[in-house]
Amino acid sequence: MRKLSVTPLFLLLIILQGCASSTLRGTGDLGVVIERAAGSIQVVETTGHTRLGQITGLGDLSHASVNYSRDERYAYIFGRDGGLTKVDLLEMRIVKRVMQSGNSIGGAISQDGKLIAVANYTPGGVKVFDAATLELVADIPSLDDNGKPSKVIGLVDAPGNRFVWSLFEAGEIWVGDLRDPAKPAVTKFKQVGKEPYDAMITADGRYYLAGLFGEDGLALLDLWNMEAGVKRVLNGYGKGEQKLPVYKMPHLEGWAATGNELLVPAVGRHEVLVIDQNTWKEVGRIPVHGQPVFVIARPDNRQVWVNFAFPNNDTVQVIDVQSRAIVKTLKPGKAVLHMEFTPRGEQIWVSVRDEDRVDIFDSETFIKVGELGADKPSGIFFTPRAHRIGL
Amino acid sequence: MGTYEPALARRAELLNLIRQDCGSCHGMKLTGGLGLPLTPDMLRGKSPEALQQTILYGRGGTPMPPWAPFMTEAEAGWIVETLLKGLP
Ligand code: HEC
Repeated sequence: MRKLSVTPLFLLLIILQGCASSTLRGTGDLGVVIERAAGSIQVVETTGHTRLGQITGLGDLSHASVNYSRDERYAYIFGRDGGLTKVDLLEMRIVKRVMQSGNSIGGAISQDGKLIAVANYTPGGVKVFDAATLELVADIPSLDDNGKPSKVIGLVDAPGNRFVWSLFEAGEIWVGDLRDPAKPAVTKFKQVGKEPYDAMITADGRYYLAGLFGEDGLALLDLWNMEAGVKRVLNGYGKGEQKLPVYKMPHLEGWAATGNELLVPAVGRHEVLVIDQNTWKEVGRIPVHGQPVFVIARPDNRQVWVNFAFPNNDTVQVIDVQSRAIVKTLKPGKAVLHMEFTPRGEQIWVSVRDEDRVDIFDSETFIKVGELGADKPSGIFFTPRAHRIGL
Repeated sequence: MGTYEPALARRAELLNLIRQDCGSCHGMKLTGGLGLPLTPDMLRGKSPEALQQTILYGRGGTPMPPWAPFMTEAEAGWIVETLLKGLP
């Protein structure tokens, strides 16, 4: 249907034919692999380990992330260059693409699936779009009390059609209530700590935790008790110890919440911190191979997989949550950037950037069960994220 | 700094490092991220020696880490020149 000059009847015939020849399929086992250098994505499926197609022309995809529509048909891709692209996974095409800012870091989809929020670095702020049309519906600049803009980081969705985000320079956490998108109601928490660099929300949508770069510690907001304000936890977890230079900022989105415990990457240390979720105190530290970047729990929370910052980024380690022991060290190759479990966790997909490959491992036996070629792959995002708060 | 030119294989390694590993903070096209933009426009007029020092030893109080463990002074100088010219 590339030609536009065909008669309507002819067009209809082609459409009908198209429907008859394409087999129906669901999207629950689909996913997207970001090819960061090429500005393209691969659409993959996890049942047969195949690549269904590639979509190009998505701009600068370094640090790209993906959210899914609740019907798991559309992927919203946030590019570093401020591009927001809506992709149809079934028809394998770009539905709509807008350049919404100069420089962005990620986004989130609202509880009702109708809004897409994007976090921007320059100019800092959050823009909210209609998920169907990508029309702008709200623009919330990130100006502090002195009118200075901040980079927005750690944007997540929260119950009540809210979004929560942090301001890097200003050190603030903002909660935006978008039940009436035309009139966003923003609650600001100031002086939460120095340089929040990323944040996460627990799977139940209750606790928002921002990691601080400028000091050791985390800022915690209990969304069920907002009047209690932001509390500092794990203050000075590295007191008296030499912090190593950080070659890649840890990511908090995948912080593992394993029932009562939260496993988080320590900044500038070769450690994963274990936090008790009832007391919010550190209850343990697990020495690991390098500075952790992603700390990701298997869906059953029995295991946690960790990858590392440059120059230790050829390695992946598996922590057994019960014993807190490292039960496996894998060396997939140079520059392991991301990991994503299949919906129920029997396998994990690992992107190995400099080897131009995605490796697939059995999460029980640690045996490699498959691989796919990809051009400088970074993030891997499977559609079940559509139904998880904060992803 | 000046006329140093890394061998071909090392050159490819350094270019990959710039795009990918510097890119994780500065953006793969170096248009900025958590770190400042490193495009020729943004760097023009700044002292190449000072930029070379920033690359080698980092910038205290900011997330910019020291890269001296992974490259020589000459290589850092070559990176500055490459940034000033714009990535190939
Ligand atoms: C972990 C994040 C991070 C990484 C990785 C990183 N940088 Fe930076 N860099 C920064 C930040 C943040 C600044 C800004 C510091 C400031 O505010 O003064 C910066 C500043 C700089 C500057 C000074 C720019 C100016 O205009 O003064 C140069 C040059 C630079 N970086 C080069 C590099 C190179 C080359 C690499 C890779 C070998 C690299 N950076 C990797 C975070 C990073």
